[in-house]
Amino acid sequence: MKSVFGIIATVFRKEVLENIRERRTLLSAFLFVPLIGPVTFALMTAFIVDRVVGEADERLRLPVIGAQHAPNLLAFAVENGATVVKLDIDATAARALIAKGTENFVLIVSPEVGKQLRDGEPAEIELITDSTNNKAQRHVGRMRGIVGAYSDKVGRLRLLARGIDPTVIEPFELRTSDIATPSGRAVALLGTLTYFLLFSLLMGGMYLAIDVTAGERERGSLESLLCLPVSRAALVFGKIGATMLFMVLSLCITLTALLISVQFLPLHKLGMSANFGIVVALKIAAVMLPMSMLGAALFFVVGSFTRTYREAQTWIGLVLAIPTLPIVFASVLNVRPSIQLMLIPSMSQHLIATNLLRGDAVDPAHIAVSVLSTLAAGLILLWIATRLYDREKLLG
Amino acid sequence: MILVERLAKRFGAVQALHDISFSALDGRITGLLGANGAGKSTTLRIVSTMLQADQGSVRVDDIDGSSNPLAVRAKLGVLPHASGLYPNLTARENIRYFGSLNGLDASTIEHRITDWVARLEMNEIIDRRTKGFSHGQKLKVALARALIHAPRNVILDEPTSGLDVGATRALRDLIRGLRDQGCCVVLSSHIMQEVSALCDDIVIVARGRVVHSGTPEQILAGTGAANMEEAFMRASQEVAP
Repeated sequence: MKSVFGIIATVFRKEVLENIRERRTLLSAFLFVPLIGPVTFALMTAFIVDRVVGEADERLRLPVIGAQHAPNLLAFAVENGATVVKLDIDATAARALIAKGTENFVLIVSPEVGKQLRDGEPAEIELITDSTNNKAQRHVGRMRGIVGAYSDKVGRLRLLARGIDPTVIEPFELRTSDIATPSGRAVALLGTLTYFLLFSLLMGGMYLAIDVTAGERERGSLESLLCLPVSRAALVFGKIGATMLFMVLSLCITLTALLISVQFLPLHKLGMSANFGIVVALKIAAVMLPMSMLGAALFFVVGSFTRTYREAQTWIGLVLAIPTLPIVFASVLNVRPSIQLMLIPSMSQHLIATNLLRGDAVDPAHIAVSVLSTLAAGLILLWIATRLYDREKLLG
Repeated sequence: MILVERLAKRFGAVQALHDISFSALDGRITGLLGANGAGKSTTLRIVSTMLQADQGSVRVDDIDGSSNPLAVRAKLGVLPHASGLYPNLTARENIRYFGSLNGLDASTIEHRITDWVARLEMNEIIDRRTKGFSHGQKLKVALARALIHAPRNVILDEPTSGLDVGATRALRDLIRGLRDQGCCVVLSSHIMQEVSALCDDIVIVARGRVVHSGTPEQILAGTGAANMEEAFMRASQEVAP
């Protein structure tokens, strides 16, 4: 009789060969799924870069009623990136424009402003806007900055004219040190990468897992296979091994595609640098590797309950969501890595990969716990899978 | 040689087998004859160690099936009722896979495949992928696959179902050839003509019990019937529902 390892190797080779010839499996595992991540990521980045860079370059539209009453203020605004739009309407008409969303805001300069300025009284400028309109508020913020700066400037000149040092009205000075690293800023964006990586890892093995479980059964080849003088555990290991190979290959293709696409993305325009080179990619692949056993065994267990390809597709499709849930949870709540969280498979890979992308140091203990806990969960599922293949019900 | 003694098997509320005993000798073709649902497939699945009997025992070449299933499977060549192939593999790769799992080395496998190709006239199909094969072509590949390790005991569950006349005849010749080589062949069928034309010994199964067994002559004498069809009908009716 053949050795257990010989049987595992034979089953592994046969499943790989058979599935390499299946176009659907091949295209899905090695082309479509690995490209989803990089393409989505590139589109998202391009969109964000376009918006951020566009806003900075874009001149602020500054609609003013009574512009002739504050020529100096408006000249200052023009110098600071605003385009003044002189309106010849009344306040009621201005409100209507804002309600319709035609303008984000309108300034009304009262005819008294010139006199108030000369008399040293506060000059009134009325702002009409809709505070529930989030998009408008960004523009209002820019306008407030410009008007505030001009107001400061005039105030300082007045103090100087009275022989007073303007710093007397600045008892405190708030100095801000922003410790956000350039790559740290990129992480919000790169955080989505770990999701794509896990997704491609799992999807890469999905069709093969279905084929070796429900497919074998639906084709009627299972009983012939089980009649052979080989241990069922060896068959299970060979099949799960083939699934793992497809998962790992899919992950590697995705990582390579991301590595390449990141080089072309204008991340520096966002003031961020992706800490994503070959070394980091290899580290991430190594951290994700144990997930392939967990995922392959999970799919195998689910697949062995199903009788047809379609049934398996439905169930495994649902199960596919389970390992991605911790990632969604972690990114929404902005969870920080801790040793306890490293016990949760997929959450731990997400947190470690995110840290690697951020360029932060990763605690070796975290990696150890993550690898061991994921492997342990995978081994439990593997054991369940072999138990399931010893059931008489398997033949149905 | 296959010895089956007092098998009983229950699936939930259904008592599939009550009491099945028979012996299938080397160099003879033994046919399990019975209506659909009589318990033929369940019996053969217990013999091939796919199922565990609740009671009774199976010995193949004097090895006990429940205590040493792997050794029993090594002695058996089994063609289950559903013997699907792998559609993305060629006929040769399908056979090679099973040969390898049976522990044969590569050169033995290739030699035997060459033999089987000649024996079953598979020249044109052996290196084609089995997707789209006719029923007869699939059966040839499945047979070669099940017998690649040259087992001394061969189990065929309804082998002729769905085959055309030519293929049925070729299969009968093959089965007789196996017997003449000294194999112990056990096949099941619900078609009487099939069994009486082919088998040296017949075991009539009804409602999970063996109602008659022996050579065709012994069965005719035992039931007092004029022909096998009548004998089968009488034997089946002897077991009250």
